[in-house]
Amino acid sequence: MSVGAVAPAPNTPSAVKPRGAVREIAGVLWSNSKSRIGLIILGIFIAVSIFGPLLTPYNPNDSNFQDMLGPSLQHWLGTTQNGQDVMSELIAGTRISVIVSFSVGAIATFLAMLIGITAGYVSGWVDEVLSFLTNVFLVLPGLPLLIVLASYAPGRGMSLIVVIIGFTGWPWGARVLRSQVVTLRTRDFVVAAHLAGDSISRIIAREVVPNMLSLVMANFLGASTAGLLAAVGLEFLGFGNPSQLSWGSMLYWAQNSSALLEGQWAWILAPGLCIAFFGMSLVLINFGFDAVSNPRLQEESK
Amino acid sequence: MEYFLRRVIFLIGTLWVAVTVNFFIPRAMPGNPVETMMARFHERGTMSPSAMKAITVMLGISHGNIFQQYGQYLNHVVHFNFGVSYTYFPYSVTYMISHALPWTLGLVGVATIFSFGLGTMFGIIAAMRRGKAVDGSLTILSSFTNTFPYFWFGLMALYFLSFVYHWFPLTGAYGASMTPNLSWSFIGSVAYHGFLPALTIMISSIGGWLLGMRNNMINALNEDYVLLATAKGLKPSWVAWMYVARNAILPNLTGFAMALGFVVGGSLLTEIVFSYPGIGYLLYNAVVNEDFPLMQGIFLIIVVCVVLANFVADLAYVMFDPRVRRGGAS
Repeated sequence: MSVGAVAPAPNTPSAVKPRGAVREIAGVLWSNSKSRIGLIILGIFIAVSIFGPLLTPYNPNDSNFQDMLGPSLQHWLGTTQNGQDVMSELIAGTRISVIVSFSVGAIATFLAMLIGITAGYVSGWVDEVLSFLTNVFLVLPGLPLLIVLASYAPGRGMSLIVVIIGFTGWPWGARVLRSQVVTLRTRDFVVAAHLAGDSISRIIAREVVPNMLSLVMANFLGASTAGLLAAVGLEFLGFGNPSQLSWGSMLYWAQNSSALLEGQWAWILAPGLCIAFFGMSLVLINFGFDAVSNPRLQEESK
Repeated sequence: MEYFLRRVIFLIGTLWVAVTVNFFIPRAMPGNPVETMMARFHERGTMSPSAMKAITVMLGISHGNIFQQYGQYLNHVVHFNFGVSYTYFPYSVTYMISHALPWTLGLVGVATIFSFGLGTMFGIIAAMRRGKAVDGSLTILSSFTNTFPYFWFGLMALYFLSFVYHWFPLTGAYGASMTPNLSWSFIGSVAYHGFLPALTIMISSIGGWLLGMRNNMINALNEDYVLLATAKGLKPSWVAWMYVARNAILPNLTGFAMALGFVVGGSLLTEIVFSYPGIGYLLYNAVVNEDFPLMQGIFLIIVVCVVLANFVADLAYVMFDPRVRRGGAS
């Protein structure tokens, strides 16, 4: 989760129909210049992750080139120690990295909603216990915990990485969503739905969640950014699946074959820049979601 | 006072949860890497029976039921007895950690102080110039640096500044021919070796403080007292720095918890890149050698440091926010 996503004090969104909410959010996102830049960059990454195999200049598994070449016209980013083209690897590896990022974000956000909404809506001792756990796991430093978990886990691989990062990435979102639910719970339209005899699950699905959609999305983006960074860190340490192409495994191989000492700096520079640009696009989109949930942060219309 | 008590209870509660998580991780995981490790110990046959016993208790293959194991384990932890390192035998885990910890505390401490100070300051400036070019470039730039993988930025800095231009040393925390002492030449060498790692940690973490402070400032600038102060004829910059910033910094202090855990995690990888002899480098060696006692000891120590730092941040919060000082009676 980006440290910067210190959540603004949840403001008071008006009760809107789900369809209208989605429309309104999309409108604010596109009208905000920062989140528009973010959406465009993200769109490029998603397109590359879908059409990657069509875009690679060479087969990424083709190891018939001379090894450890620096950047040139034939190989824009040079070659690896096995003689593969780095540019092709980078494009082909985009898919896994994007999938990992969003899967972690989805798992963490789902857990954050489950825990945050339960704590906020049920209140009482359940809230006390869940809030305490949330605060504790918020403080526990993530990466060391992930390293210990991954070391003990049987086997190595991407799915393992996704699961353990997803299951440790929920506390921040749970805290933000809980405080929002607490303010929503006593609002008139929720009380009205309650008096009308709606079940709790229906109230949460129809009244509560649509009114904090922007917070949920902001949380998803934050968790996805943090998830990608954590996954890359674990892959760099060798906990991933080195034979599967991703930005993290590229950095692992580059470091383990002393790419820098051999002067093949492009092999390390490129995946890192992709990670930074991908993360930046999500952070920029988040500016838009901040503006949705907190109108004070909206840009003055020009 | 009540605030203080609550923080102490939270401090103890957090430590207890961390210790308990540490206790259950090796026991809950399927398969038993620990037994594989113990078999290796037996093969080498260099360890005394009492050391072996300490390790088995730490790692969860001691006999007796789970409650007895837990009791033994708690007893060992409060006495800072984490067993013997497998990689650095015959040194104890505590010995290894105590020699690595000062380096990390120094590196992360200095980097965090500068990062927090500068990030907060630039965040205030960005909020004051909101919508102007300064604001736009600061926010976009920090959104970018904020998502740098720490170790990647460290690698790039190491390559260009140390390897290509030889401005900074490639590895270590002080000159290879030196022995640690308190002379000026040694301190100079430490500063020279630590500069680049600290700089990369600072640049990778500054964005979070900046963006958070900017958000808080924009919220606070809309308060009525700002309007009043401006109406009184105070200069806008005076109002921003002396009135608004003091309120806006509070959420940044409470956000310290998460931020610090994040920075510490990133700095572990930075240490590996720079071969800096701190906790992160030690943890890496523990991971590579499957040295479970060392790994778990390091995890606990990191948690203790982060939790204590947070406790201090919470106390600082009291200094800045009189409402908390008066026990929320206002």
